[in-house]
Amino acid sequence: MTSAAGSRWGLRFLGIGYLAVLLIAPLVLIFFKTFEDGLAPPWEAVTSPDGLHALKLTLITVAIAVPLNTVFGVLCSLLLVRHKWKGNWLLDASLNLPFAISPVVIGLSLFLLYGKDGWLEPGLAEAGIKVLFSVPGMVLACIFVSLPFVVRETVPVLQEIGTEQEQAAETLGANAWQTFWRITLPAIRWGVAYGVVLTTARVLGEFGAVSVVSGNISGETQTLPLFVEKNYENFNLPGAFGASVLLALLALVVLLAMNLLKRKEDA
Amino acid sequence: MEAHAASGSTAPPRVRHWRLPGVGAGLGRGVVVLWISLMVLLPLAALTAESLSEGLGQFWTTVSTGQGLKSLQLILVCSLIVVAINAVFGTIIAWLLVRDRFPGKSILNAIIDLPFALPTIVASLILIQLWGNKSPVGIDIALTRTAIVVALLFVTLPFVVRAVQPLLIEMDREMEEAAASLGAGGFTIFRRIIFPNLLPGLAAGVALAFARALGEYGSVLIFAGGKPDTQVTSIFIGQKIESGDAPGAAALSVVLLLLALACLFVVSMIQRWGNRHERSAGAGAGSGAGVTVMPLSGFDEPSADTHPEDQRD
Repeated sequence: MTSAAGSRWGLRFLGIGYLAVLLIAPLVLIFFKTFEDGLAPPWEAVTSPDGLHALKLTLITVAIAVPLNTVFGVLCSLLLVRHKWKGNWLLDASLNLPFAISPVVIGLSLFLLYGKDGWLEPGLAEAGIKVLFSVPGMVLACIFVSLPFVVRETVPVLQEIGTEQEQAAETLGANAWQTFWRITLPAIRWGVAYGVVLTTARVLGEFGAVSVVSGNISGETQTLPLFVEKNYENFNLPGAFGASVLLALLALVVLLAMNLLKRKEDA
Repeated sequence: MEAHAASGSTAPPRVRHWRLPGVGAGLGRGVVVLWISLMVLLPLAALTAESLSEGLGQFWTTVSTGQGLKSLQLILVCSLIVVAINAVFGTIIAWLLVRDRFPGKSILNAIIDLPFALPTIVASLILIQLWGNKSPVGIDIALTRTAIVVALLFVTLPFVVRAVQPLLIEMDREMEEAAASLGAGGFTIFRRIIFPNLLPGLAAGVALAFARALGEYGSVLIFAGGKPDTQVTSIFIGQKIESGDAPGAAALSVVLLLLALACLFVVSMIQRWGNRHERSAGAGAGSGAGVTVMPLSGFDEPSADTHPEDQRD
C-alpha cells in the first residue's frame, strides 16, 4: 500500500506541478505585472481613444460573427443529424477545416480572395465595398475561425434527444416551426449555448487571421488582441498589459460560463 | 401504441418526413453549403490558386529549399516534442482529475481550458514575462527554440486532457480490480488494461494537438520571435505576406493546409477504429468532452456492445 500511496503523491506532484508552472504561474504573473505600478497606467492605456476603439471593434466583430455562426450552426446540425444526405460527409469534413488550419493561413486565404487581383475584388470594388483593411474583412476572418463550434456542440445533443418528442408534437398537429421552437430548441439549448460561448471566446481572442486582413491600424482596424501586439511592439507596456488583463478576465468569464453550462447539460 | 414502435433512436421511417421549420431541407441544405463554400472553401481555393501562380516548379523550390524548408522542419520537430510531452502529462492530469481527490480539483479542472479561452497573443506576452529576460525566476528562454516548445505546450495542453478524461470516466473499474486480484501490480495494470483502453482517445488528442501546434501563430510571435533560427512556418508566412511575396506565402500555406488535412484524416481514422471498439472519443462522449475533441465522426452511432475482454492491443 505504501508504494501505491507513493505513486499517487508522485502523480499529484507531476500533474499539479506541470499545471502550476505552465498555466497558473503565467496567469498570476500577468495580473501582478499589470498592477505593479498601481491601477492608473493600465486603466489610462485601455481607456485611451485607441484602446476604447479596439474594445468597440472587438465587440462589433463578436456582435456580427457570433449570431451568424449560431444560426448557421443550428441549421447545419439539424441537416447533419435529421436529414440523411450523401453529401453530409463532405459537409462534416469541411466543418473541421477551420479547427486545423493555421490562423495566418486563414488570413492569407481571405487576403488573396478579397485583395488586389483577387477573384471577388472587381465586383466588390464596383459595389464600393472595402473588405480588406476594414471591418468586413475582420468579420469574415472571425466567422471562418469560429464556424464549427456551434455545430460541434449541437450535433451530439441532437443525436442524444432522438426524435420521439418531435414526432409526438407532429402527431398532435404542431407544424414544423412550432415543433422546432417548442420541442427541439428547448431540448438543445444548453448545447447551443455552450457552442456560443466557445464561438465568442474564439472571436474575442482571434489574432493571426485578423492581423493579416486588418492591417492593424491603430484606432481604425484594431481589435483588442491586435492592440496588445501593437503596444508591445511600441514598448507601451501598460497598454499591452492592460488590454491583456482585460482579455484574461474575459477568458476567465468564458471558463466560468463553460463550467456552468457543462453542469446544466449534464443535469 | 405507435410511439412504442418508433422508440429506436436510429431513423424510423417517419423521420424522413420531418422537415426543417418553414424551409424545406433542400433550401436549408443550399444555404448551408453556400455558406461553407463562400466562407471557407472559396478562400482556400484562392490560396491554392495563388500558390501555383508561378508554376509548380517555383512552388516546390519555395517549400523544399532554404528558409521555407528550415521553418517546416523546425515546426515539425517542435510539434513532435510537444505532443510527446503533453501526451504524458495530459494523461497524468486527466488521471488526477478523474480518479484522485484533492481540494481545488474542480478549479483545476476548469483551468485546463484556459489556453483555449485566452487569446494566443496574450499567452505570448505572458510567457515572455515569465520566461524572458525579466523572468522573476531567472530563466530566460525567450527568442529561442525552447520558447517555441513552451508556447506550443501551453496552447495544446487541453487537447490530450480533454480527449482522455471522458474515456477514464467511462472506464470499467472491474477490469482493474480483476487484474489486481490476480496479482497484477500498478504498472502492469496501467500497461495492460488502462493504457490500451485510453489509446484511441489519446491518439486522437495527440493528432489534434499536433494539427494545432503546426499552425500556431500568436503564441510564438512575441515569445519565440522571428529570427531565422526560431522561425516556424506560420511566422515565416506572416513575414512573406508583409514583404509582398504572396505566391511564396501561399505555397507554404498550402503545405500547412495539407499537413492539417492529414492530421484530420488520422483523427477520423482513429475515431472510426475507436468506435468499433466502443470506446469512442467523439460520438457519445460528445459535448462532455469539452472544447477540443470534437466528435469528428459525429453522426456514427456508437455501437452498444462492449467486449472489454477483446481489448488486448
